[in-house]
Amino acid sequence: MSVFLDHASTTPVRPKALEAYLEALAHLGNPSSVHAHGRETRELLEQAREKLAKASHCDKSEVIFTSGGTESNNHAIKGIYWQRQLDRPRKYIISALTEHHALIDPIEWLEKHEGAVPLWLPVARDGQPDLVVYEDWLAKYGDEIALVSLMWVNNETGAIWDIPGIAGLAKQYGIPVHSDAVAAFGHIEISFQDSGLAAMSISGHKLGAPIGVGALLVARSQKPISIIHGGGQERGLRSGTMNYPHALSLAIAAELAVGDMAEREARLEGLRDSLEASLLAAIPQAQKTISGPRIGHTSSFVLPGVQSDSVLFLFDQHGISVSAGSACQAGVLGASHVLLAMGYSEAESSAVIRVTLGHSTTQQDIDLFTSSIAEVYATALKAGLNR
Amino acid sequence: MRVLAAMSGGVDSAVAAARAVELGHEVVGVHLALSRMPGTLRTGSRGCCTIEDSMDAQRAATKLGIDFYVWDFSERFKLDVVDDFVAEYQAGRTPNPCMRCNERIKFAALLEKGLALGFDAVCTGHYASIFEDELGNLELHRSLEMAKDQSYVLGVLTSEQLKHSLFPLGATASKDLVRKEAQERGLSVANKPDSYDICFIPEGDTRDWLKDFTSAEPGVIIDEAGNQVGTHDGHVGFTIGQRKGLNLGRPAKDGKPRYVLEIRPKTKEVVVGPEAALQIAQLAGSRFSWCGKAPEHPEVEFDCQVQVRAHGDAMEASAVLENGELVINLKEKLIGVAPGQTAVLYLGTRVLGQTTIDRTVSAAVLNV
Repeated sequence: MSVFLDHASTTPVRPKALEAYLEALAHLGNPSSVHAHGRETRELLEQAREKLAKASHCDKSEVIFTSGGTESNNHAIKGIYWQRQLDRPRKYIISALTEHHALIDPIEWLEKHEGAVPLWLPVARDGQPDLVVYEDWLAKYGDEIALVSLMWVNNETGAIWDIPGIAGLAKQYGIPVHSDAVAAFGHIEISFQDSGLAAMSISGHKLGAPIGVGALLVARSQKPISIIHGGGQERGLRSGTMNYPHALSLAIAAELAVGDMAEREARLEGLRDSLEASLLAAIPQAQKTISGPRIGHTSSFVLPGVQSDSVLFLFDQHGISVSAGSACQAGVLGASHVLLAMGYSEAESSAVIRVTLGHSTTQQDIDLFTSSIAEVYATALKAGLNR
Repeated sequence: MRVLAAMSGGVDSAVAAARAVELGHEVVGVHLALSRMPGTLRTGSRGCCTIEDSMDAQRAATKLGIDFYVWDFSERFKLDVVDDFVAEYQAGRTPNPCMRCNERIKFAALLEKGLALGFDAVCTGHYASIFEDELGNLELHRSLEMAKDQSYVLGVLTSEQLKHSLFPLGATASKDLVRKEAQERGLSVANKPDSYDICFIPEGDTRDWLKDFTSAEPGVIIDEAGNQVGTHDGHVGFTIGQRKGLNLGRPAKDGKPRYVLEIRPKTKEVVVGPEAALQIAQLAGSRFSWCGKAPEHPEVEFDCQVQVRAHGDAMEASAVLENGELVINLKEKLIGVAPGQTAVLYLGTRVLGQTTIDRTVSAAVLNV
């Protein structure tokens, strides 16, 4: 019996998205070709663009298909940063160290190679950013700020930030705001056109599309500098033969995820709450990582006195897949950089467990998880902090 | 038994894990992450600590149908192995980091964690054998294949650690057979080159690597009479018995090569002299342990053999425990033994124990 409670890492492909993918794949034609075959697949691509635009409340011209969240973030961060240097130098980028590495690393790359100066916004232990500091920085650095980039929902803690509010404050200074909405889109209500954002990143495999597709929504007013050069596809921002089967499966998955969102998230929140009640009953010393607003399908705890890798190992041996902080390429679980950024100690940040539910999660999954918690924790405590 | 197979990504540990599975054990593979910033690709002759090696280990585990994990011991490794290595060189000694790793990481930190998580033993690809005597005591013995024998680096294991160790390659007659077996098992690491350098020194140049971690203060090179014969830019990295890289301008009066005889960290002096002066007749150390059952009367001098290098030969000797120090008297002279090295005692093929060498006494001083 295997239980998958790591839906924030990736979630099962929705059958209809898979069907659409396979069907599209059977069509021959390069969407850029000027013959009947090309027109046929171009039509599939444009249908996908319209569907995704509708699901995210944006204009279809604002949808740029990419290979996923990391690529979208790179286009946004580097593209907007360079766009903002065209008329005058603007070196500051406001972001936070609780972001995903797919965002922190492009910013640090700009710092190292282009002279950018990141301003990392403090984040409190409740999971929320310090908006007083944010407003101070906006007032202090004003037009020297190239862009603001903050994530809508944190992938590790599930914290929801008031992105429209954050974008609204920056708007007064004419500063473009990007948001990594990979963990948010399809899970909470999002309207790109009402958000005030200049750009927003989406990833397909977090909402039921296959791995390898995503999108960057780019407001019509924005003209980011392209970081991929070639045939000029996707508004000249993302050259390369357009991946219509993947785009279509992303659009279908997004349509479905947004369509059943209210019912699904309510169901998952109920399951999540019962899971948390059982976990706290088994391990009274466990601490929820955040107390502020959070998404319904994510649960994240610090389990005092243990090492995350022991906990994950033991759950895995029970056939249960859960997660902790992010693992490096070699497969080493380090301390969660998100918790460290929120002021947690190294020991606490190395003792985190993240359980994330998804559209396929059942009560039985939760029961199997909760029935092994006490034993897993007791054994992990014995293994202690040995590393 | 529930067995934790330490898998470096090399051929030996992969075949060892395969044999443990075949012996009917419940095996889980684990790759030890020993560096905080692992390189992406394997370079030179280092055998582990890269993402490529971790993936090789994972592919092998998948082939064997066992679960696989990467466990982070980088902090312990830095503290217990790398820092120790640097401190020993700084003190003018020549450490063996592989031994420290076995002593404090593989058969300590990893084993302790494994035992706590419900395992009974750690399995590695070392070439050595564990036998049980008629009274049920465990003994560590040399591998059948003398050329690959690795019992020396396991000399630090205690009786308790032997109880929880599994060396399935011990009875294998040659490395070629292990490679052949890997091939037959469809393991992609079958032809992976052997590792023999120190895993945490990327370019294999110890002296150069040490420069980044130690304060290198220039000093003089003197002969046994105290006459200056050269200079150096830091005593760290010199090894007793070293001949190359001394950059002595003038040859010795007798025209023969000169060797490092002694390193004096306090005065930053490196003493050189003729080969004859390197001859050692006695070794002693206070950091010793018995491998398996201890001798009943170690305070009574007993005959044994001693080996001071991983790939050296054992020589006839006698040993005795005197004032908390294991003193080893050599029946033949040993050339170029340095404090910091480990002397492993053998009784035939059996490993009896070991000591880190604190001091050596030259043949000339003992007048033998």
